[in-house]
Amino acid sequence: MHSNRYTIGFMAIVTVLLGSFLSVAAGSLKDMQDLNVENDSKKNILACLGFKEDSENPWSPEDIQNIFNKNINSIVLDIRGNKTSIDPKTVDAETDLQNFPIYISKVDDEVQGYAIPISGKGLWSTLYGYFAIEPDGITAKGITFYAHKETPGLGGEVDKAWFQNNFIGKKFINENGDLVGIKVVKGKADPSSYYEVDGISGATVTSKGLESFLVDDLKKYEPFFKNIREG
Amino acid sequence: MAILDKKSKVALTDPLMKNNPISLQVLGICSALAVTVQLNTAVVMTLAVVSVLSVSNTVISLLRTMIPGKVRIIVQLSVIATLVILTDQILQAYMYDISKQLSVFVALIITNCIVMGRAEAFAMQNPPGKSFLDGFGNGLGYGGILISVAFFRELLGNGSIYGYNVIPESLYAAGYQNMGIMVLSPGAFIILGLIVWVHRIASGIKED
Repeated sequence: MHSNRYTIGFMAIVTVLLGSFLSVAAGSLKDMQDLNVENDSKKNILACLGFKEDSENPWSPEDIQNIFNKNINSIVLDIRGNKTSIDPKTVDAETDLQNFPIYISKVDDEVQGYAIPISGKGLWSTLYGYFAIEPDGITAKGITFYAHKETPGLGGEVDKAWFQNNFIGKKFINENGDLVGIKVVKGKADPSSYYEVDGISGATVTSKGLESFLVDDLKKYEPFFKNIREG
Repeated sequence: MAILDKKSKVALTDPLMKNNPISLQVLGICSALAVTVQLNTAVVMTLAVVSVLSVSNTVISLLRTMIPGKVRIIVQLSVIATLVILTDQILQAYMYDISKQLSVFVALIITNCIVMGRAEAFAMQNPPGKSFLDGFGNGLGYGGILISVAFFRELLGNGSIYGYNVIPESLYAAGYQNMGIMVLSPGAFIILGLIVWVHRIASGIKED
């Protein structure tokens, strides 16, 4: 039987040793982890804007940086849709109600599309993704999700290509110029409809959630896109 | 295996079949259900558990004479938690996509009964070499089941093996469908139940 003094001393040494070991390890891996997170969001922005990586020949982290820097212009808009000089990295798109980051894909100064961050509640979790818009400011160009904890096979299908491809070419502005968003219907959407996409069976709450936060996020950017539509 | 004496060999090989932590002792079921939708997450989870379990067993065995009996569980947990956090950090740095899929389950290795069970039941009484083998063997025994469950779930639920589609298009055209239940937890229960059943018949073990 060890004495109390020994026990306390032993625990103190164990705690200090393990604690310092962990902080050194976590500290030295931090840069790499931050880079991964950054690359992951860049990859998602690129994906929803239509830059697809070859599955045989996936992008290296350097490729992602290069393609992103070459094609994408990151800026922050204010509440009236005007450009600001704020660094998008400093804006938390989920909570900030004043500054809205937007990613513009350009080839030879001609805009190819806009990507905006979207996030909101599904059934179990907050979904995070990007929504891309054609240069006309009316048509969806793509959608991606990079983080969510919805049920695999049900709500989790939001990150599958079949679901995301549905959005391409749909319109979130109706004939009168009002922002209506994109409806996720139960079952199959009417193929002639411009603003409905196929739902996920068994994932009504996730679908409804997506529908409502997509509209909410689009509203934040509406001044900007309205300007674009009106030229 | 001639380099190992009999007891070490038993420590290493027993948990693979005869005394498998999942199919016999029914430990570590939570993660076995959660990370077995696809083979690649199951394989990475196996590697994580094997490394945590071998190292934690070795470290605890090295400390076993110094650890005060009153606080031994706390010491075991601190060592295990440190290793698990380290593993999680390494995965986030070097295998980001897979670490995203495994999400909380890497961190939950801390509460995996197998890890603490082996520390308390084996490493506290045995020298480091044997404890290492015991940890390694139990990790593999756990991983073996995990990978078998994942194999069937991915094949039946997604029609693929390790991400490669193996079910020919013609079969889908003929009306074959992936089994949706296999990607949900009940699918894991069913497969796991069948594996436990087959394993018990094969090894002739009966519950009293």
